[in-house]
Amino acid sequence: MKWLTALTLILGSAMAYADSDRLSVPNHPKWKEECGSCHLAYPPQLLTAENWQQMMGGLDKHFGANAILGTKDNQEILNFLERYAGNGAKRSASSLRISDTPWFSREHRKVSKNNWSDPVIKSRSNCTACHVDAERGDWSEDSIRIPGDRRI
Amino acid sequence: MITKKTFITLLLLVSANSTFAETPASLVSGYAAEAAKTSPGFTPSAKRGQSLFTNEWGVSQKMPNCTTCHGKNIKAEGKHVVTEKRIAPFSPAANPERFSSAAKVEKWFKRNCTEVVGRECTAAEKADFIQFITQGG
Repeated sequence: MKWLTALTLILGSAMAYADSDRLSVPNHPKWKEECGSCHLAYPPQLLTAENWQQMMGGLDKHFGANAILGTKDNQEILNFLERYAGNGAKRSASSLRISDTPWFSREHRKVSKNNWSDPVIKSRSNCTACHVDAERGDWSEDSIRIPGDRRI
Repeated sequence: MITKKTFITLLLLVSANSTFAETPASLVSGYAAEAAKTSPGFTPSAKRGQSLFTNEWGVSQKMPNCTTCHGKNIKAEGKHVVTEKRIAPFSPAANPERFSSAAKVEKWFKRNCTEVVGRECTAAEKADFIQFITQGG
C-alpha cells in the first residue's frame, strides 16, 4: 500500500504544480498595475473571456467600487485577459466573482468555514492571506499557509 | 569644468524630467492655476485639504471617508477595506512614488472622489488635498 500512497503524493503534487503553471501569464505591466492596485491581479485563466468582457464593460460599478479606466487602457487590458482567459462552465460565474466559479469551490473544498471567517482572511478575494507568494505568480500547494493552521 | 556635451545632456535630462514627471509641488501649482480661473486669488490650503481627507462624506456605506482605506496616519500604510490589500503610504515623505504622475493622480481622484465624495473633485479641492498630504495639516 505504501507505494500507492507515494504514487498518489507524487501525482498529487505534480498536478498541483501543473495547475499552478496554468495560472502563469507573461508579464503585462499595465494589467498588473491597474488590476493589482486594490486587489491581487487575478490570473486571466480564472474567468472566461465573456466574463472578462462583461467585467471590463462595467468598471464604474466594480463590486461596489469605482474602478474606471481610460478607453485605451481598458481595451488593452481586456485584450490581454481574453487572450489568456479560461474556458468552460467551471471557470465561469454569472456573478463575475472568481470565488463563485465551480473551479474555485472545488479547489477550496477543504478550506473550513472557520478559516473563511478568520479576520485575517476576511474575504475570498484576499488570495495572498493564504497563497503567500501569489503576487509573484506562485500558486503551488507548497506555498499555501493558512493563518492559524500549521500546514495543510 | 562642465563640457558642452555634459551641459547639453544635463539640459536634456532636466527638460525630459519636467515633461514626463511631476512633483507634488508642480501638481499643486497646476491645480491652483486652474482653480484661480474661476476663483481669482485662489491659494491652496493644507487645512482645507485635511478636512477633505477626514470628512465623513457618508456617500458610500463601505467607504464613508478617505481614511477608511488610507488610514489616519498619512505616513503609514493603509489597507483596502474590502479586499484587505495593503496600500502604500499617502505621504511622499514615506513613499516617493506618490504624486509623481499627473495621469495617475487624475485617475485616482476621479475614481475615489466619485466613490467617497459622491462627485468629482474640483481643481481647488485637488490643490488643497495635495498641499495637505505633502505639508501636513
